[in-house]
Amino acid sequence: MQKPQDKNSGTTGIVGGLAATLGRILISFFVPVITFLVLWQVFIFLRDSDAPQIVIVLVAIIWGVAGVALLYIVSNWFVEQLPDPWTRHLQPFVYVGPAVVIMGWYLAVPVLRTLILSFKDDIGVKWVGFDNYVFAFTDRIMLETFRNNLLWMIIGTAFSVGLGLLIAVLADRTRFESVYKAIIFTPMAISFVGAGVIWKFVYTYKGEGVGIEEIGLLNAVVLALGGQSQPWLSLPPWNNLFLIVIMVWLQTGYAMVVISSAIKGIPLELLEAARIDGATEIQAFFKIIIPYIKGTLITVITTIVIFSLKLFDIVRVMTGGNNGTNVIANEFYLQRFTYGNTGRASAIAIVLLIAVIPVIVNNLREFNKERRAF
Amino acid sequence: MAASYKNQKTRSSLVINGVLILISFFWLLPTLGVFITSFRNSQDIFTSGWWTVLPHKENIQSGEIVLDPAVDVNVPMQIEGITATFEELRQGVDLSDGRTLTWYGNKRTRTILVSEEKWVGFFFKPLTIDNYKDVLTGKEISFTDAGGNEITRKGNSLGSAFLNSIAVAVPATIIPILIAAFAAFGFSWLNFPGRSVIFTMVVAILVVPLQISLVPILQDYTKLNLNGTFLGIWLAHTGFGLPLATYLLFNYMSTLPRDLLEAAYIDGASNFTIFTKLILPLSVPALASFAIFQFLWVWNDYLIALVFLGDKSRVVTYALASIVGEKGQDWHLLTAGAFVSMLLPLAVFFALQRFFVRGLLAGSVKG
Repeated sequence: MQKPQDKNSGTTGIVGGLAATLGRILISFFVPVITFLVLWQVFIFLRDSDAPQIVIVLVAIIWGVAGVALLYIVSNWFVEQLPDPWTRHLQPFVYVGPAVVIMGWYLAVPVLRTLILSFKDDIGVKWVGFDNYVFAFTDRIMLETFRNNLLWMIIGTAFSVGLGLLIAVLADRTRFESVYKAIIFTPMAISFVGAGVIWKFVYTYKGEGVGIEEIGLLNAVVLALGGQSQPWLSLPPWNNLFLIVIMVWLQTGYAMVVISSAIKGIPLELLEAARIDGATEIQAFFKIIIPYIKGTLITVITTIVIFSLKLFDIVRVMTGGNNGTNVIANEFYLQRFTYGNTGRASAIAIVLLIAVIPVIVNNLREFNKERRAF
Repeated sequence: MAASYKNQKTRSSLVINGVLILISFFWLLPTLGVFITSFRNSQDIFTSGWWTVLPHKENIQSGEIVLDPAVDVNVPMQIEGITATFEELRQGVDLSDGRTLTWYGNKRTRTILVSEEKWVGFFFKPLTIDNYKDVLTGKEISFTDAGGNEITRKGNSLGSAFLNSIAVAVPATIIPILIAAFAAFGFSWLNFPGRSVIFTMVVAILVVPLQISLVPILQDYTKLNLNGTFLGIWLAHTGFGLPLATYLLFNYMSTLPRDLLEAAYIDGASNFTIFTKLILPLSVPALASFAIFQFLWVWNDYLIALVFLGDKSRVVTYALASIVGEKGQDWHLLTAGAFVSMLLPLAVFFALQRFFVRGLLAGSVKG
């Protein structure tokens, strides 16, 4: 894709050629600079303007999307102006570079920076050795968060995966499979905050008194069965279970969809053969279906365990971590943003990272296995 | 033999459907409650459960009796053909025709309410969309500050939060896809030193919890004055979404037929042309899967908005969470607000579910 003027430059003489080269260098320099300046000006406008919200929103969307596209087009154009070998060497970095820089800034480098901060004091100035880790592993509240996260991980994951598996296997045998699956799956689309409101209404409690009628579903059911209404979310340690119900409600759909697609991959002949040989449905389930989808089950369990490890929104919205419901991610938030202690917050973040290291190692091992194709 | 097998099959299918219907019912019930509540007026919400909109029997007051001053209330009284003491009347006395007599208040009121159990139908109390109006517009609050200036603030308005969410979610979906697509193309089709090492790093950070980044990135944002800006939160969502996006798109792009691309190279097409004219159109399914994923993730995100955007441009999750915090018992606002926040993700979800499921199956471990 040589430009036509390159051929002309030989015939119009050295002056013309020089002018063309100079022009090209100038343009190559100014175009990126101007692009950058324009984008910067719009950024300042967006940050400081008092324009009506709808204008800001529209400008922001156009600026953000077009800006990134423009940066790629301009830098690609810039690289293509360079001599051919340069283009070949530099172009891959134009394509890969931005992603690598952003991932490095946001995820790779922060691992080191957080690690360093975790050995410093609350404002990140003085070195304090292992003090923050001593806090993280011995403080009463931290121990409570560990206990709660374990509850979330074990009970939450067991019920999400168990129910997901049950529904996937059962729905596979009905005509209305897609209806059932859509109903179970839909909570995946809503936010944890929204789900929090939905379930807070189920658990709501008004207390005892003349003429008071409970408007929360759970209390109404308990009263109808002859029990007493309870403030469900402030009853440790059971309130943790009531919060875990929300996670099960949200995550079962994910488990169900992934497991269901794995079940559909089981060759029909395999199941037919087993049935002809006289295997019961339960035997077929444990001897054929489970071994066949083992890999998928492990993936689903890993994903949900990681999810429950980092769980934050539900606890934050429902109880704020009070009444014995605190979890690691919420304590991280409290340490950093309520108590302003970056050292302790960093140590807690590192604890979270350590917990996922086995998954990271496993991902890398799997990737290396496949890499022969890379 | 065949008939009994068939019989057994219908029976087990009945059981299976029964179990699934039961589970589906429990799954829908909480949302149904919030949905119905969001259309009831705040007084009704507070005095009766949402299930009372369904047909049921209810005690409805049909009249009242004021006792003659001559009647002694300290001994059993004769009313409407029965004899009862004050205490019995306090508890309520059933008449033979189905009506109930209940004493109102203390002895001095001398008033007895007559009520009747009646069937009431669907939605016998009026429904309203006022809750949605209230939560979308928010009330204006004005106050005078220490310097004597009149300050007007918009209350919790989900309407403007909705716009902010769009301003956050649209670019925070498109930008990472664009950047990841370029990178995935580079990783899968171009040769450069360090390619395999860098991509291994991408795989390694796939599941790094984002809490790791919050403290240092917030320090950077304070230095760069990016706190509370749209650019700041777009970049944050881009950073946290990029590993998964790059990984998914790389997996997809590296399966595209090699012959096709080599033919294009031989025809003299530049990398940029091949990327925009060939790779991008061919990758639409993978791009769409990730787009829905990222959009739902960003729209529903609370933590990143809380940390990097904060109060300045409230997004819907933030606004909803603050209504929970400030007006935890205002169920008319909360329920309507919850539905406003779900509207767009549910629409996107149902319209593009096919792509979403594909993305889910392609590996959905995110940090």
